[in-house]
This record gives sequence, structure tokens and C-alpha cells, in this order.
Amino acid sequence: MPADRTEIARQFIASLPHCEALGMVLTTIGAGEAEIYMPYSEKLIGDPESGVIHGGAVSALMDTCAGASVMSHPNAGLATATLDLRIDYMRAAKPGATITAHAICYHMTRAVGFVRVSATDGTSDVPVAAATGAFTVERGNS
Amino acid sequence: MSRAKPEPIQVVKERRDAALSALVARVPYISFMGFEFERRGDELTAVMPYRPDLIGNPALPALHGGALAAFLEVTALITLSWSMVWPKIEAGETVDVLPKFPKTIDLTVDYLRSGLPRDAYARAEITRAGRRYASVQVEAWQDNRARPTVHATGHFLMPVLMPDNRTSND
Repeated sequence: MPADRTEIARQFIASLPHCEALGMVLTTIGAGEAEIYMPYSEKLIGDPESGVIHGGAVSALMDTCAGASVMSHPNAGLATATLDLRIDYMRAAKPGATITAHAICYHMTRAVGFVRVSATDGTSDVPVAAATGAFTVERGNS
Repeated sequence: MSRAKPEPIQVVKERRDAALSALVARVPYISFMGFEFERRGDELTAVMPYRPDLIGNPALPALHGGALAAFLEVTALITLSWSMVWPKIEAGETVDVLPKFPKTIDLTVDYLRSGLPRDAYARAEITRAGRRYASVQVEAWQDNRARPTVHATGHFLMPVLMPDNRTSND
């Protein structure tokens, strides 16, 4: 993927209000794949005793990354929206660690994009969470 | 047969509201997102007051799907925790030590309609509350209760009650 297209995608994600609020940064985009990270922040804590980040923030990161992978697919439409997302929380993220999501849009039909996404905290090969989802493909009036 | 004179309604309400506030207030992410909880008896309704930074699609505009998923997950977790605290409150106990939160195992979210740039409301129903696992259905709506915005089913690992009344998920 050319650097300018990655830059455009990075700026687009950064301009989405909720993504900005959570501090998401897109690092890679191309041919149905995307990678977005979210730095640790105390305001995102879900468990006050351990300092572990709330699952909801991780869901938002994975949903964004999944949508970005759909839009980067060679047969993408003009826009997309989440139809469904199933999230498995495998383990607690390490407090203080940046969470990185990696999404692959592994199949695209005229109307639906199918996505797998995982989120890691850099401490283990076992993801903190994984999700699969289906996304709408808006193709205008065609 | 005589029964104990009931407590004044205000005392009962204050005890219930104090426990609910304490439960919600200890999670930084809930205050960051601005989620609020309203109570009628033991029934909770979560509120996500609209804020511009909840938008995920500025073109429509529509709420971020992730914000809605988070709203449903928080509603399910607070409702489950509330169901553990409620019997103690009703027994007249002050809830000094709140139970640990359940842990989300998985959450499946159906996006039924795009989230409007307005307040959203949610209620969770505990389908099954076992000692270790719980299944919860949770639904959010906006202007029209009969037209839900998102619906989710989730599974949760319940904290284990230890002998000294503290809890653990381990």
C-alpha cells in the first residue's frame, strides 16, 4: 500500500470523534488488512483493583480496525457499518500496555464483508481478545 | 402475628442508591464514557447521554459501534453485580465491601439500526445466573423502545464468593 494512502487512512481514523477520544492510531492498511493501536490510559480502566483496561474499549478498537479492513479491501464499497461482532475475551490485558488490533477482511461479497480481528498487548502470543464480524457494504444505488 | 415495623421509605431508598452509586463510581471507564444508571426498585436502566465524542461515522452521523458495544457490556456487568449486591441491601446490610466484577467471557453484538446522535438507554436481563457462569441478554434503544438499536448476548465468569465474604474470579 502506498505511503500516501496509509497516511490518508491514518488521518481518517484519527478524525473519527470516538476513535480520537480513545487515542487510536492506524499504522497499517492495505488489501483487506488493517492494524490500529490504542495506548493505555487510566481513564479506560475497567477493574480499579488491577488497573486492567475495560473490555468495552478493546471492543471499540477491534470494531474500528475491522471496519478499516473492510474499507481497504480491493472490492470495498463506499461505506461500511457493523452488522454483528462476536468478541471473545481470552485474558486480561497487561495494565500499562498498548493494545494493538489486527484485522483481516477474509471474504467480501457484493453486500457483506467477513472479518477476523485479534488484539494483543505485546506480552504474549495469546491475544487478549479476538472477534469475528460481518459488515455491510454500501455500494450507492448500484 | 406481628411483623417488624417497616423502615421509612427514605432510608430504604438511600441505602439502595448509595450501593448503586458505589458500584458504578469505582470504574473509571464508566465515568469516562459518561454512562449513568437509573433505578426503579431492583430494575436498572443504563443511560448513555449523547456526546459528540461518541460518534464513529460523522457523515451520517452515527454513534460508534464500539461505544454501543461498550454500553451494552457495562450494562450487563453492572446488572450482574447489582443482582449480587441486592439481596444484601435488602437484608439491611450496608455494603462496605463490594463484590469483584464478573469477567466477560464473550459478547455477541447485533447492530440492528444505526445509532442516532441522541441519548441511548439499555436494560439487561439475566437469562441464567449460575454459580460460575451467567448468560445475559442486553438491549439498547433510543427514541423508540420498540425499535432497539443494538442487542447483545454475553457470557460472564462470576466471582467466587470466599468464606470471609470477599470475592475472587480465580
